[in-house]
Amino acid sequence: MIYLRLIWSYLKIGFFGFGGGYAMLALIENEIVTPGWITQQTFTDIVAISQMTPGPIGINSATYIGYVAPQVSSPALASPLWGILGALLCTLVVVLPSFILVRYAGHYIMRHRDSAVIKGIFTGLRPVIIGLIASAALILMNEQNFGSTTPDIIKSVILSAAGLALVLFTKIHPIYIIIGAGIAGLILF
Amino acid sequence: METTGLRKLFLTFAKIGAFTFGGGWAMISLIEREVVDKYRWMERTEFLDLLAVAQSMPGILAVNISVVVGDKLRGLKGSLAASAGTIMPCFVIILLIAMFLTPELIMNNATLTAIFKGIRPVVVALIIAPVITTARATGLGWRLAWIPAAVALLIWSKLPVVSNPILYIVLGGAAGYLLTRRKELDNMKNKEEKEAER
Repeated sequence: MIYLRLIWSYLKIGFFGFGGGYAMLALIENEIVTPGWITQQTFTDIVAISQMTPGPIGINSATYIGYVAPQVSSPALASPLWGILGALLCTLVVVLPSFILVRYAGHYIMRHRDSAVIKGIFTGLRPVIIGLIASAALILMNEQNFGSTTPDIIKSVILSAAGLALVLFTKIHPIYIIIGAGIAGLILF
Repeated sequence: METTGLRKLFLTFAKIGAFTFGGGWAMISLIEREVVDKYRWMERTEFLDLLAVAQSMPGILAVNISVVVGDKLRGLKGSLAASAGTIMPCFVIILLIAMFLTPELIMNNATLTAIFKGIRPVVVALIIAPVITTARATGLGWRLAWIPAAVALLIWSKLPVVSNPILYIVLGGAAGYLLTRRKELDNMKNKEEKEAER
């Protein structure tokens, strides 16, 4: 049952989603892309769409994947209504853990947030979170995103390097960088 | 301070949800402006305390902060109203995009294919960038650089069990906990020894 599996996956994503949107991508990748519910390419496209639309990447991806996954899993679920149900479920489930934790453990954290133990846990999480983000980037460096022919790969690597330089060394908003990349794509491919 | 209307709370967060691109931190400063400066629903120090709680929880930061702020102002109903407001605009927008911009459409349309071929490698760059900036911001030295490197490679390997990111989140948290615990015990022992010497 696709809906139960989506709920279970998004519960895990919500409960272990430390370190913000990009770190969450590693979890989504492992739960959703690896089982083959959506392709790597669609996953990258969702990240791009998330950057260009308002709202957190965690919500955006839950809504999009929730809509697409049922129709991918079975032709019987091709109706948009099944997609809307999936989108609704995934979006609600991904925020459920933060709802429960923030409301019921919030007071505890508030009282102990200066304690060495809480600080220690977060010090331990920090290098892991960097690794999670790096893994998301590594996994996406593949044929589906960089092309399979040599000229395509060369163009893609140049675009990627240019994008990285712009993000790191200028203050240009990522939206404009993505729009620029789209225009470059129209000219180059 | 007068009580905050639930409708007002929902609409305020919906406005923030509809107009912030880039999620998380971009949203925080807007929420702070509305909640503290514009409506004076709480003091700035109070907001910063709530932000600390929201940050130390897993999940989506923008949702976490909506839940704590809503809870502080109006309890359970408040947290529901605020988080529903945050989620609603992006849910509707992405749902419409998912309905009309399907993966098949992108694949079968030459123009869209070219545009997305240009965008995809740059999205990868957008994910590499925070690796570098976070490592710098958290002051991760070369001595500890093996941890993120090993984590990234093991997840990338797609091997069973060791490629699950949850494993490393649990291990990282547990290691941090145990190390501080040991440090605390060492400190206590040192203190006792010093007192015994006296």
